[in-house]
Amino acid sequence: MKTSTATPQTAIDHHWQRFTLSQKLSRYAVYLVLIMALVLSMQTVEVIPEFFYDAPEQMADMFSRMWPIDFAYYPVSVHDAMLETLNIATLGTLLTLIFAIPLALMNASNVVASPWCHWIARFFLVSSRSVNSLVWALLFVAIFGPSVIAGVLAIAFRSVGFVGKLLGEAIEEINMGPIEALTATGASWTAILLKGYWPQILPAFFSIVLFRWDINVRESAVLGLVGAGGIGVVLSDAMNLFEWQRVAMALLAIFVVVILAEILVVNIRKRLL
Amino acid sequence: MAGVDSVTPAPAARPNPFARNWFVTVIWLLLAGYLVYSINALGLSWERISTGMGYAGNLLDKMFPPNFSRWELLLGGLVESLEIAVIASFVGIVVSLFLGLFAARNLMSGWISSPVRALIALCRTFHPVIIAILFVKSVGFGALAGILTLVVASIGFIAKLFAEAIEEISLKQVEAIRATGASFVSVVLFAVMPQVFSRFLGFSTYQLDSNLRNSTMVGIVGAGGLGGTLFSAFQRFDYDFVAAILIVIIALIMFGEFISNLVRRIFK
Repeated sequence: MKTSTATPQTAIDHHWQRFTLSQKLSRYAVYLVLIMALVLSMQTVEVIPEFFYDAPEQMADMFSRMWPIDFAYYPVSVHDAMLETLNIATLGTLLTLIFAIPLALMNASNVVASPWCHWIARFFLVSSRSVNSLVWALLFVAIFGPSVIAGVLAIAFRSVGFVGKLLGEAIEEINMGPIEALTATGASWTAILLKGYWPQILPAFFSIVLFRWDINVRESAVLGLVGAGGIGVVLSDAMNLFEWQRVAMALLAIFVVVILAEILVVNIRKRLL
Repeated sequence: MAGVDSVTPAPAARPNPFARNWFVTVIWLLLAGYLVYSINALGLSWERISTGMGYAGNLLDKMFPPNFSRWELLLGGLVESLEIAVIASFVGIVVSLFLGLFAARNLMSGWISSPVRALIALCRTFHPVIIAILFVKSVGFGALAGILTLVVASIGFIAKLFAEAIEEISLKQVEAIRATGASFVSVVLFAVMPQVFSRFLGFSTYQLDSNLRNSTMVGIVGAGGLGGTLFSAFQRFDYDFVAAILIVIIALIMFGEFISNLVRRIFK
């Protein structure tokens, strides 16, 4: 551009390009790396092709064993286990708040200015999110033995990263006017937190917590597979005994509860936001 | 003095700016009540937790220092996890492209989009681990079950988001391309895709990231990858090896986040 205005006699390049050369090169590099990764994975992955061709038949066989669903099993043990699962999810979500709120405050740059605090908070948030809830459950089962406590703590530790990150972002987005006004009155920092920040993040807070609760209901349904309580224990027992009709009952119960939880959360969030 | 008095309003007339929000207070009270109920219902007790804390110290003691001496096993699991994530993301994204297109209600009639939407919802309802168990039972142990599981999980997530993105597009461009007499494929390629491509790319990189995380987990139920190595280390009480695997998993996930941020920056 600069050259064309400085020397008007040279022809202006009318050929328009959407991307610069370096943008194009980096894009092609990404495509190339992706294709190479895909080809390499396809070549080296250990898949037995016979198993793959056989899969539809095996699936049909499994589903035929699941039919008819053993509804009589529901009052025997599925009902109590399902309640336990819901309790694990809810209690885990509540327990998360104890860790997530301080970390969210530490992570929000408009509350705490020190970069050290941000790094510490981020470290905890990222490690919480990186370890899967099943792995957390394995750890806590190793500590507390197979029990509900392991499930509650696994859910709580897994959710800290999610809730803390989103809550921190919500805090950073607030309007600083009321905070300044409160600071000008000489309010203490607890008063500023409770009367300045809190009312502004309230809708986002409930929305995030409900969203996480919905995810936790799904996750707590599988924690029992490693012995952390809930419907997963019933599911894995039935599976180990090859009681496929009971497996189908447990799966149906999980399906219904998850759908109901999602409908509930979606409707409440619609009103909140 | 009289003038000043007449200017200041009566203090009682001013509403309290910090009035108690009774709706929120009731929610807190309900939560407190629930807390008491659930702790009783689950039989949680302080003794159980405090004895557990002793074991926690014990466990941490055994976990450190992490033992990398069986790095070949670790590397094998890591490579398998990566392979599962890459293949599953590719297949899942390609399938989601079509399913998302068919599920968009502004491009398709209801009798096509409704069953496709139901299928996507079904994929999303079950946790990947449950899907993994079903696939392990039907196609046997190994990477194939993991790949199929993550394909299903990817469909449940990005096909839904992709359908929503398509439903939000501006129909003017679709109309313009249609007016030239273009076929349906051309309409999709030249009117729909340019509008949603960048968002779709965002969803895809997120899913690649998420598949990477999940590929380290599906192995716990026998669907291949690092999760299987982790689970067997747990069962043999090799806690120092467990610590090594956990460190590798966290490093892998951070690396995945770095890569997806890089890709997002390049395509912004």
